Amino acid sequence: MIEQKKILTRHVGVKGMEKVENYERDGGYIGLKKALEKTPQEFVEEVKKSFLRGRGGAGFPTGFKWSFLPKEKDRPFYLICNADEGEPGTFKDRVIMEHDPLLLIEGMTIAGYATRSDLGFIYIRGEFKWIAEILERAIQNARNANYLGKNILGKGFDFDILVMRGAGAYICGEETALIESLEGKRGQPRVRPPFPANVGLYGCPTIVNNVETFACLPFIARQGAGTFKLMGTFQASGTKLYGISGHVNKPGVYEFPMGTNLKDMIQYAGGGVRNGKRLKAIIPGGVSAPILKADEIDIAMDFDSCIKANTMLGSGGIIVMDEDTSIPEVAEAAINFFVHESCGQCVPCREGLQKIQQMLSDLMNGKGKKEHIDQILTLSKTIGGATLCPLGDAGSMAIYTMITKFRDEFEALVTNE
Amino acid sequence: MAVSPSPYQTEASEYVLSDEVVAKIKQLAAQFPQRNSAMLPALHLIQDQFGWIPPATIPQLAQLLHTTPNRIYGVVTFYTMFNLKPVGKYHIQVCRNVSCSLLGAKHIIEHLSRKLKIKPGETTKDKKFTLSLVECLGACGMAPVMMINDQYYENLDAKKVDAILKSLK
Repeated sequence: MIEQKKILTRHVGVKGMEKVENYERDGGYIGLKKALEKTPQEFVEEVKKSFLRGRGGAGFPTGFKWSFLPKEKDRPFYLICNADEGEPGTFKDRVIMEHDPLLLIEGMTIAGYATRSDLGFIYIRGEFKWIAEILERAIQNARNANYLGKNILGKGFDFDILVMRGAGAYICGEETALIESLEGKRGQPRVRPPFPANVGLYGCPTIVNNVETFACLPFIARQGAGTFKLMGTFQASGTKLYGISGHVNKPGVYEFPMGTNLKDMIQYAGGGVRNGKRLKAIIPGGVSAPILKADEIDIAMDFDSCIKANTMLGSGGIIVMDEDTSIPEVAEAAINFFVHESCGQCVPCREGLQKIQQMLSDLMNGKGKKEHIDQILTLSKTIGGATLCPLGDAGSMAIYTMITKFRDEFEALVTNE
Repeated sequence: MAVSPSPYQTEASEYVLSDEVVAKIKQLAAQFPQRNSAMLPALHLIQDQFGWIPPATIPQLAQLLHTTPNRIYGVVTFYTMFNLKPVGKYHIQVCRNVSCSLLGAKHIIEHLSRKLKIKPGETTKDKKFTLSLVECLGACGMAPVMMINDQYYENLDAKKVDAILKSLK
């Protein structure tokens, strides 16, 4: 049996958490007060020690990301919260924002202090209009209580947060595309270097972190890096939000320590596969994470264990598929997504993914040939690493594994040979 | 050489930004460190006013943001949420991606198509409903999901869809 550990989701279902007095009653803003007693540099060290790793998918250590900011401050610094979640299978950040908006806001304020930022932004996906409104109200409440604005808590620290809604482009979850979008442009990823920590929003040093990453900070500030490290694994501490969807009895967002076993999670949290069916496959970290067969799911859900299992933790969006699922159909939905969301800038991604989509669709319509299957595999490998951002890799890698692991299902679609 | 008419000048008189929207855009432009950051919020406001982004509003926004109409047009065409064509009073957007399709999004789409007598991408004759398909609304645990205007509808089945359609006057 595994047990949920509620650090980030403890206020789920509690009403009125956008009000400062309710949030404070349960230990809210103690973290910020403690962080403000340290110097920004001391707090960055604390976060490094906590071994908090970015929850957006890449798992980069947060404290180290922050320390890429220039030492000298000759320009404004900006802090961005990436709340553009939109990868199929991912629906975790909205739980924090909807149910505990001040947790995110406190986390951002702490990060704003540690990174010496002048202004913060929450870039939230455009469809989440009602959540953007919750955040706006919570931010106003925080301003009224002097937790945001000028001279926060009399410590001479100025920081504020603006909310901006995207407009339905998945690519804006990539940090440089997000920055372009915040500047009012098409969301096309930038060439790196320079990295955002030096040349980001408006050409100024900028840090972009995920909602869940920020939400971990009040705990680290309040209880210390040591306590945070008690949860999770040696290489990845803390808890993680896992979104379970698909063919399970109890879909939803669950919070477990990093490294909780995937099989147990499906069984105990997800309530097992629905309608008494057998499991066929699982996508463990959003649709770009390589698919796992039913006999490959006895793994720990943390960054490194997933890499060892040739997949990735990604956003923790777990998609469960029962024995009746057609993997080619899943592949078609996945490729449609990536083709639609490709920004069109890099030829391998724009043209390559479309070509894969065409060949897959031919197969589905009984017009495909066996050699197309191998052509898709070759093309997938060619796209990998040939683009400015990971979208092309993600799309091609996802399809590649679906074919190599369930090749018979794709071959069964070939009729004219 | 024939010069094609500017896409922005059609029916200009019909589509004037309201004073309220202009004031809000000006306020947004001043709120951000750089004026152009008001682009997406401004386009959302315009779409709220008209239900879509009429091309004639683009030069008006360009003036407010001190930029060119073509740059705005490039932005509008990039983002899925901005409609460059009018949509019905109720814009139904159904998710068709992995988690939703595993739980029957296809049936929901077919059901809606049959009920409204339109294909995805079309608008009913009375301009009441537009049906669109979208890629992931970020509600996979509550699949299948659709969005009507700003509102999410989750855990759908045919019966629920019927009740929702009935409630929309």
